[in-house]
Amino acid sequence: MTSPPTAPPAGRPRSPRAHWQHRLAERGIDRQLWLLVPALLFVVLLFLYPFFYGLGLSFQPTKGGPFSDYARFFGDAYERDTIWITLRIALPAAVLNVVASVPIAYRMRGRFRGKRLITILLVVPITLGTVLTAQGLLNFLGPTGWFNRVLLALHLADEPVRLIHNYWGVFFSLIITGFPFAFLLVLSYLSGIDPTLERAAATLGAGWWQRFRTITLPLLMPGLATTFCLTFVLAFSVFPSAVLVGNPAGETRVISIAAYQAAYEQYDYPYASAIAVIMGVVELVIIALVLAARSRLYTGSTGGKG
Amino acid sequence: MTAPKPGFSQLRLEGVTRRFGSQNALSDLDLTIEAGEFIALLGPSGCGKSTALNCLAGLLPLTGGSIWQDERRIDVLPPERRGFGMVFQSYALFPHMSVRANVAFGLRMRRLPKQEIRRRTDEAIRLVRLEEHVDKLPGQLSGGQQQRVAIARAVVLEPSLVLMDEPLSNLDAKLRLEMRTEIRRLHQSLGLTTVYVTHDQEEALSLADRLVVLRAGAVQQIGSPQELHTRPANWHVADFMGYRNLWPMRVQAAQAGEITVEADGLRLVGDPVGQIAAGDQVVAAVRPEDVRVDDPHATTNTVPAEIEVVEYQGRELAAEARNDAGLRVHVRTDKRIAPGDRVTLSIDPRRLLVFPSDSVERPAAGLADAAEPGTLREPRLVP
Repeated sequence: MTSPPTAPPAGRPRSPRAHWQHRLAERGIDRQLWLLVPALLFVVLLFLYPFFYGLGLSFQPTKGGPFSDYARFFGDAYERDTIWITLRIALPAAVLNVVASVPIAYRMRGRFRGKRLITILLVVPITLGTVLTAQGLLNFLGPTGWFNRVLLALHLADEPVRLIHNYWGVFFSLIITGFPFAFLLVLSYLSGIDPTLERAAATLGAGWWQRFRTITLPLLMPGLATTFCLTFVLAFSVFPSAVLVGNPAGETRVISIAAYQAAYEQYDYPYASAIAVIMGVVELVIIALVLAARSRLYTGSTGGKG
Repeated sequence: MTAPKPGFSQLRLEGVTRRFGSQNALSDLDLTIEAGEFIALLGPSGCGKSTALNCLAGLLPLTGGSIWQDERRIDVLPPERRGFGMVFQSYALFPHMSVRANVAFGLRMRRLPKQEIRRRTDEAIRLVRLEEHVDKLPGQLSGGQQQRVAIARAVVLEPSLVLMDEPLSNLDAKLRLEMRTEIRRLHQSLGLTTVYVTHDQEEALSLADRLVVLRAGAVQQIGSPQELHTRPANWHVADFMGYRNLWPMRVQAAQAGEITVEADGLRLVGDPVGQIAAGDQVVAAVRPEDVRVDDPHATTNTVPAEIEVVEYQGRELAAEARNDAGLRVHVRTDKRIAPGDRVTLSIDPRRLLVFPSDSVERPAAGLADAAEPGTLREPRLVP
């Protein structure tokens, strides 16, 4: 018994091959995927390969077992303390960058004349680069710089205040370079919050502080958490300013200096890699904590566009 | 923060003006709102109705004029001190708060005792029938439910005035009708003084006790729904109130209470609105439902015409007809007609309103070039 062959219904793919192509395309698998290859190569060659190479290297110390370089780092107080030194600079700097961005961005929502100019002025430090910033800080905050001269002239200080080649030099440098990032991010998060919400709160009897605390801030918090993570990572990997305006042998011997010295002064690449991995793990721990806190917040629509 | 006085007897807007740059968004609005009234501000987009509402709410400072609540001047108060409830077009629900927290927000800002907040919130939620949804976030609700939360949030404070800014415009047609009834029901049961902004004349007519028609920032007419429906003050208001047939014509003869107008050989008798003399340029206006088709008793104002387009609208048909001179007539009828039919249209002279034509603009629904009937025409402006 054979049934008569039936013609495939119109509109359906004829061959099994075309059928599969159609099914795959529905799931986003089609020839356009080849366009991803250059980016994928880029990521693999320039990021994944060096990362895993370094990770592997950190477990192959010049002497001892696979974890002996890690043991060496944590066994040596001078090395171990770099974690705290770095956190002591990076955490306050990141917090200050985020906190200072909020009121400024809050005032700069919406349109007004001169907004572009102010934004440019606030963002210019990004374009300067760390070295130029450090140079400027040395001139401005140094013992004979303008800042101290003004303090002395106004008799606010009897002798020049030391603000460079120590903790404060690095801190200011991180503020100058980190603030524009934080500000731009916070501004875009704030612009994404529908301004009608605050107007509604006003008609319901909320004053400006209540409006900010109960409406804007809760909707902004997830964005602030993300902004904090990004500026923290930037600050944690501080290197040039720690050397140029800090005290790289003492109170600003940050973890990246330890890694640099292992790699280019002692030529101990496995040890340097181990320090780099530790650096990454510390960052990840902080970020994980912040993101865990963030996940408890409301992260849905904020009613606006952007 | 003190709770506002529970009531007032009159709210007066005196010469309220708002300029944006050099443009008058709202000029010289005088309006007295009695307690318990439902007022609709009606007009096309850009007419200044939302500006007026925002000025009332305190969200926009006035450029001129003043607002008085009885003898207390309130236009200098910030929005949070006025104690008015407002319902926004986009609802503006706080997305991170549950339905209950949204409704309770205003009460919390007033620092009322916890128990009272709870009681009044529950009551307001029951009023808008959202009991099952109290713990949901606004994002989990449908548009109609969100709108009800917004209304509950505004009325829970028992405000002396409720402001509504096109609250139904984001809803689909069916829900819009339901919510319209709901709003009217709420107004009847709570008696809250309400100012309602809309561009939908049907909505305004069905909801409001009194309508304020605005155009280009200026008041055109203030009156009851009946007054606006049957006796618009000028042809712009007529245009807005559903007088789809607006014909630029010229007055031939004017007597008391009756006027003869003419255009391209068509002569009609109508009812003059305002001062009109022979020779004036006028606009004759009639609703589609007041144009009768093949009425055997009609003796005056008969127009032979041909049906061109027919739309089915349930019990009635809406049709567009054209007379021999090319005049386009919108008709609503329960007669069975089809495109191409020759019919005799007639208009009761009392239903044909004749308005003075203002110098600048005249309606676009004018006469076609008689030589080419049926061609599309640009709106024509008569100087």
